[in-house]
Amino acid sequence: MLHIYCPHCREHREEEEFHVKGQAHIARPLDPESCTDKEWGEYLFFRKNPRGIHHEIWYHSTGCRKFFNVTRDTVSYEIKEVYKIGEQPQVVAKG
Amino acid sequence: MSETLAPEKEGTVNVAVMNQVAGSGARAESPLHHAELDKLAARNPRTGGVMLRELKLLGHLTLRGSQQNESFMNGCAEVLGLALPTQPLTSVEKGSVSIRWISPDEWLVVLPADQAYEVEQGLRAAIEGHFSVVNVSGGQTLLELSGPNARDVLKKSCPLDVHPSQFPVGKVAGTVFAKSTAVVRRSGEESWELVVRRSFADYIWLWLQDASREYGLVIKS
Repeated sequence: MLHIYCPHCREHREEEEFHVKGQAHIARPLDPESCTDKEWGEYLFFRKNPRGIHHEIWYHSTGCRKFFNVTRDTVSYEIKEVYKIGEQPQVVAKG
Repeated sequence: MSETLAPEKEGTVNVAVMNQVAGSGARAESPLHHAELDKLAARNPRTGGVMLRELKLLGHLTLRGSQQNESFMNGCAEVLGLALPTQPLTSVEKGSVSIRWISPDEWLVVLPADQAYEVEQGLRAAIEGHFSVVNVSGGQTLLELSGPNARDVLKKSCPLDVHPSQFPVGKVAGTVFAKSTAVVRRSGEESWELVVRRSFADYIWLWLQDASREYGLVIKS
């Protein structure tokens, strides 16, 4: 079980209170009409699957019902940092 | 495309507001009406480690708005007679009105049902800007667990740390409760309040009976 810090409730809670919502920082193309099929397909379907640092969105579904970002190591499962939507991660993969 | 996404014209507030409480003459059933808690209370054992009471048919209002909106914060304080708690996971209480912090922009106000409509209208009149007030009285109910073993029942039911050092009186937390959800509030040294969904009320009632069997469950009316 992960012990996750909710930046809105400002305390750690058990993983079962949360849902993971996949990769964070996916920007929707500003003008979808002008995207090629490849660009649009990659935006919709293609996700990173890194070994190591991964930025993902989590949802405190049974608590404050707010979304936030988590930087997690996919090898050790260690949570490196938690930050609010709209903020940028401090911990990023090298290279 | 642009027409469907066009924002609403400013100044047109079109909200249907109605009194959802039919009045004292009409028959009302709480979500645990079928459990006949009053009858159970009449033939209770006299002692037990856990006391259960349904605080039924209260008015529940969900308030949403930004803490940066002064009109919202001031209007709520004025109409409710209590400032909204801005500290996460806290609640305030005065007389028969209590306010639970749900999230940075959401609060749950619990008050006597016959005041709900008046307060809702008062809030709409007092607040300017973007906010929402919804009467959710029919969608949930309030259960009170008390007694020396009430905390043990909570420990079985939810992943919260309910030790007094981590969960002081007045603290509020929304959490997983017996695979369902509940908003847990510590209302006193040995008493706790659960806000549960109407559709889960029967399941929670069955769960609480089972979880408190080993301590002895006393129903209070």
